[in-house]
Amino acid sequence: MTDRILINPVTRIEGHAKVSIHLDGAGGVRTAQFHVAEFRGFEKLCEGRPFAEMPGLMSRICGICPVSHVLASAKAGDAILGVRIPVAAERQRRLMNYAQALQSHALSYFHLSAPDLLLGMDADPARRHLFGLAELDADFVRRGIRLRQFGQRVIEILGGKRIHPTWTVPGGVLKVVTTAERDEIAGWLPEAHATVRLALDRFRAILDGFRDEAAHIGNFSSLHMGLVNEAGELDLYDGRLRIVDGEGNVVADGLDPRRYHTFLAEATEPWSYMKFPYYKPMGYPAGMFRVGPLARLNVVKAMGTPLADRELREFRQRRGVVRNESFLYHQARLVEMLHCVERIEELLGEPELYSGQVRVNAGQNAREGIGYSEAPRGTLFHHYEVDDDGLIVRANLLIATAQNNLAINRAVEQTARRYVDNGRLREGMLNRVEAAVRCYDPCLSCSTHALGQMPFVVELFDDQGNLLDRAQRR
Amino acid sequence: MSVNTLSIDGKMVTGTTGETVFDVAWNNGVRIPRLCHVGGVSDVGACRLCLVEVEGQSRLVASCRTAVQEGMVVRTDTPRLQAHRRLIVELLFAERNHVCAVCVQNGNCELQDLAASLGVDHVRLRYRYPKLPVDTSHERFGIDHNRCVLCTRCIRVCDEVEGAHTWDLRGRGTHALLIADFGDPWGQSESCTSCGKCVQVCPTGALFTKGKSVAEMQKDRRFLKYIVTAREKHEWIR
Ligand code: SF4
Ligand code: SF4
Repeated sequence: MTDRILINPVTRIEGHAKVSIHLDGAGGVRTAQFHVAEFRGFEKLCEGRPFAEMPGLMSRICGICPVSHVLASAKAGDAILGVRIPVAAERQRRLMNYAQALQSHALSYFHLSAPDLLLGMDADPARRHLFGLAELDADFVRRGIRLRQFGQRVIEILGGKRIHPTWTVPGGVLKVVTTAERDEIAGWLPEAHATVRLALDRFRAILDGFRDEAAHIGNFSSLHMGLVNEAGELDLYDGRLRIVDGEGNVVADGLDPRRYHTFLAEATEPWSYMKFPYYKPMGYPAGMFRVGPLARLNVVKAMGTPLADRELREFRQRRGVVRNESFLYHQARLVEMLHCVERIEELLGEPELYSGQVRVNAGQNAREGIGYSEAPRGTLFHHYEVDDDGLIVRANLLIATAQNNLAINRAVEQTARRYVDNGRLREGMLNRVEAAVRCYDPCLSCSTHALGQMPFVVELFDDQGNLLDRAQRR
Repeated sequence: MSVNTLSIDGKMVTGTTGETVFDVAWNNGVRIPRLCHVGGVSDVGACRLCLVEVEGQSRLVASCRTAVQEGMVVRTDTPRLQAHRRLIVELLFAERNHVCAVCVQNGNCELQDLAASLGVDHVRLRYRYPKLPVDTSHERFGIDHNRCVLCTRCIRVCDEVEGAHTWDLRGRGTHALLIADFGDPWGQSESCTSCGKCVQVCPTGALFTKGKSVAEMQKDRRFLKYIVTAREKHEWIR
C-alpha cells in the first residue's frame, strides 16, 4: 500500500506550497515532493511592453524583495541601452540592495524562523509564532521589527516608496542622495549593529540544541553558486559566478552571469509549476546546486568586511570551508545581515555616492539584455529580448527560489525520512518538514505574506486516494 | 458683442455671445470636469464629462458645445450628473487596459485624477481586456493604445496648432483607434514633424516619451498657451 501525507499549505513561508510525502507499504517514506501550485506568468505579461517599463513592472512580482527584481531588470535595461551607468547610480543601487537584503533577512529570521528556533520546534503551535515569542522576549522581537524597518526605511528614502520603489531605471537612478538622507540612514546604524550582534549571539547559544536538526534537516552535499568580486569576496550587486562542490573544490570560477544559459539548464516535472534548474555540465539531477546565503558563504574567499569576516571564520571553524547543512542558512543570513550593516556604513562614507550625475541617456543599442544580482534568496537573472522598437519579445526570469528547488525537495525528503514514522501525523514531525523548507526562505509567489500561523492542513491518503487521516490547525 | 447674464449653480454670471457655458463657468471658478477639452484648440464634446443640466430642457447638454444664452439657468453638479460622470469614467476604464500601478503616467494622469475626484473607487462593469498594440516605432515617442481614451486632443493639436494633421481616428465605437497618417507605424509617418505637441496634451499615459519608466511621465502644456497667445494677441510671453 502506498500512502500519501499532504502538508498544505506550508506555513510561514512566502507564497503557497504544499508538501506531500509518499509512503511505501511498510509505512516508511518512499519519496517526498515540494509542490508549487502557483503560476503567475509574469514573463508572458511583459511581452509587447517597452523595456523601459520593466523595472516598474518587475517590482510588482514581489512585495518582499521587489528591489532585487528592479535591480536585475534595470541592469538588463542598461545592457539594452548599451551604457555604463554613472558611479553615483551604481553606489545607490548597491546601497539599496544591502538595505533590501537586510530587511528581507530580518523578516525571515525574526518573524518567520525565530519562533521555531527560540521557542523550540515542539512548542505548542498555538504559541509558536511571532506573538508567542513576543510574550517571552518582547525586546528581542521589537528589535527584530526595528531592524527590518531600518532596511525598509533606506529603501523608502532612496526609492520614495517602501514596497515597490521605481527609483532605478535603465541608465541609472532618478535622484541624488542628499546629506539629510545620509544622516538619517547613519542614525539607524548603531542600533542595527547591536541587533544583529544580539541575534547572532542568540543563534550561537541555541545551535547546540539543534544538532539533530542540523544533521538531518537537509544536510547533503551539493554544488553552491554565488557572485564574487575580483578579490573573491561577497558581491551582491555585480561580479562573476563561482561554483564550489560540497567538499569545497572550485568547480567553476569567473563565470559570466550573462552567459548563464551556457552553464545552467532547467528541467520540468509534471507535479510542480516551478522548474528545476541544474548545472549543465553535470546533468539532471546531479547538477543540483544551491544559491542564497549559505551558498554565498560557501563560495566566497571572504566577506570583505571585518566583522562579518570574523563571523565567517567562526562559521567555517568547525568543519572546513563548505557547510552543507541547510539549517545553517539561518546563520548565514545573520552573517550577511552583519555584512550589510557594515557595507551600508561604508557606502555612506563614500563621496561618490553623492556625486551629481545619476543617469545617462541613450537610445536602444542592443536587441538583448541580461541583468543579474544577488537577491536575498540567491542569484537572480532577468533576460530580455526586444524588437527594433524596444518592445519585449521574450522575457526569461530565473529566480533564486527556483534554483533551490532541487535542494528544497532533497531537504524535505531527507527530513521526512528522519521524522515520519508509520504514517503518523505528529506535530513535531510536520513542523520539521516545514522547517526544512523554511531554511531556504522560499519566496514562492511573493504576494502572500504569512505572519504567524496560517491554516495548515495535513491529509493522509492511501494509494486509492482515500483519506486515511486528517489534521488541521488554525 | 452682446453680454448675456445667466445663472450657474445659483451664481449670477455673464458671458459674451458665442462663449460656451463651459468657458464661462471656469472663468467664474466653477470647475466642470472634463477630459477632451484642452484650452487653445477647438472643442468636440467627445468625452461627455462636462454634461450639465439646463432648466427647461430634459436632455443633458455638453457644456463645452453649448453657447451661453440670456437667462439660462445651469446646474453643473447634481446627483444625476455625478452618477453619469462616474459611469462615464467607469466605462473608460472598462473599455481598455488601465493598470495604473505600472503606467508611465501613474500619479500625473488626468483620467486617474478624475476618477479620484468623482469617487470612482471600483468599476461596476466587466472589463473588456482588448488586445491592443503599443507603437514605439517613432524615434522619440510612443503610443500605447491600451491607455487611449479617444479624447482626440492629440488629433486637434496636431491639426490646429502644428498644422501637420498626422493623427486621425479609424473605425467606430469600440473599434475606434488612433492612427498616424493612413495607419502606418508612427515612425514611418511622412507628415509627423516630431514636435511632440500631441504627447504633451494627451491626458493619459497613451502618448509618452520613450525611455520613461513607470510614473515618470509628466506632461507640460505651457507651450500651448504661449503659442495661442502669440497667435491671437501677437504677444510672445511665457
Ligand atoms: S493612463 Fe492614467 S488611468 Fe490609464 S493606466 Fe495610466 S495612469 Fe492609469
Ligand atoms: S492618444 Fe491621448 S490625446 Fe490622443 S486620443 Fe488618445 S488619450 Fe486622447
